[in-house]
Amino acid sequence: MSDSINHSRRSFLEKSAAIGAITIAPGILLHQVANAKPDDQPVSDSVRWGMLINTNNCEQGCTDCVDACNTENGLVGHNRPRTDTQYIRKVTLRDKMTGHELSLPLMCQHCETAPCVDVCPTGASFKRADGIALVDKHICIGCRYCMMACPYKARSFVHEEIKNQTLSAPRGKGTVESCTMCVHRVDEGQIPACVEACGKGKHDAMLFGDLNDPNSEISKELEKHGGKQIRADLQLNTAVRYQGL
Amino acid sequence: MINRFLRITLLLAGLALLFPVAGSAGTPLPVIHEPEGEGVKCVEPEDVIRRNHMKFILHQRDETMHEGIRTSKYSLAECIDCHVQPDENGHIASVDSKEHFCNTCHQYAAVNIDCFECHADRPQKFIERDSKSAELQNELHQMLSAHEDIRGELK
Repeated sequence: MSDSINHSRRSFLEKSAAIGAITIAPGILLHQVANAKPDDQPVSDSVRWGMLINTNNCEQGCTDCVDACNTENGLVGHNRPRTDTQYIRKVTLRDKMTGHELSLPLMCQHCETAPCVDVCPTGASFKRADGIALVDKHICIGCRYCMMACPYKARSFVHEEIKNQTLSAPRGKGTVESCTMCVHRVDEGQIPACVEACGKGKHDAMLFGDLNDPNSEISKELEKHGGKQIRADLQLNTAVRYQGL
Repeated sequence: MINRFLRITLLLAGLALLFPVAGSAGTPLPVIHEPEGEGVKCVEPEDVIRRNHMKFILHQRDETMHEGIRTSKYSLAECIDCHVQPDENGHIASVDSKEHFCNTCHQYAAVNIDCFECHADRPQKFIERDSKSAELQNELHQMLSAHEDIRGELK
């Protein structure tokens, strides 16, 4: 009995996810065309890129976003989990009283008032006009103050020499790095690799868009159903918001 | 006095005669890969790019990094795309070898650059991704899915 209920529930979820994907697809297309910036124009603060993560859709054990991120940015581990670079990691939260578990991807939250930028002694940690927090590795001296300042443990330090980097994600020994919100893709009007992978896997737990545009899908969803910040008490005004926490 | 001067001149002339090829051989000159295709030219005249390429690249670097300006004219990736190509044996030089387009001059001029500690030194299509990590991830996936299957059966 319980099996049959589960099956029908699952198929319902699958169907609804498929319908969601169909309706989302034209929206994304429109969104991409609308926001494709000419190559020779600087980014402006008229947009603020953000992400909305629906933890209800995020499956435990699924690492589609993490894998896509690793491939996109050429992140290769050395089997040392404590120090290997991670832009996104999957976190499982367990309510001790009810035993309810939820899973979510955690990455750089691209805070408006970013602690990493505050503490950086060289100006290597900076915020782009469109709200993306980045490390200028040309200036980074590898002091790792930003890693200590980040409340989300979002940054990694490159301990090893790196070869065979990808063209769009230069990375090297002695510098700090973190999620770039796939800035190279965003500048070309694409969505970040993790969001794309989540959509392709029919999970639809991640939404990317312009928080400044009240008509963007992400803003509408935030207005309708809200989205929490992790460690909202720090008043960092993060660009990554979570539902179902 | 004149006698001594003559003697030294003669000695030098004798030495020059002993090593007639020393002057012409010298340090091997850089070998530069010209971009292929009819009418394909560099973004600037040769003498300009030779003298100023570092300024162009540095300027572009800051604009791209901080302002997201991604024009290709002075981008390092474009230099690499045109100039770093496989030789007739299909071998493509990495930045570790002196055949690499950037290295061939920089070694000649004794200039150390650190661009390629972070940046890709070959066009993307020639870079073999570290297949090891992909294999490991695949294995992990298989283990996880097998685990799920067992869990399903237990239910």
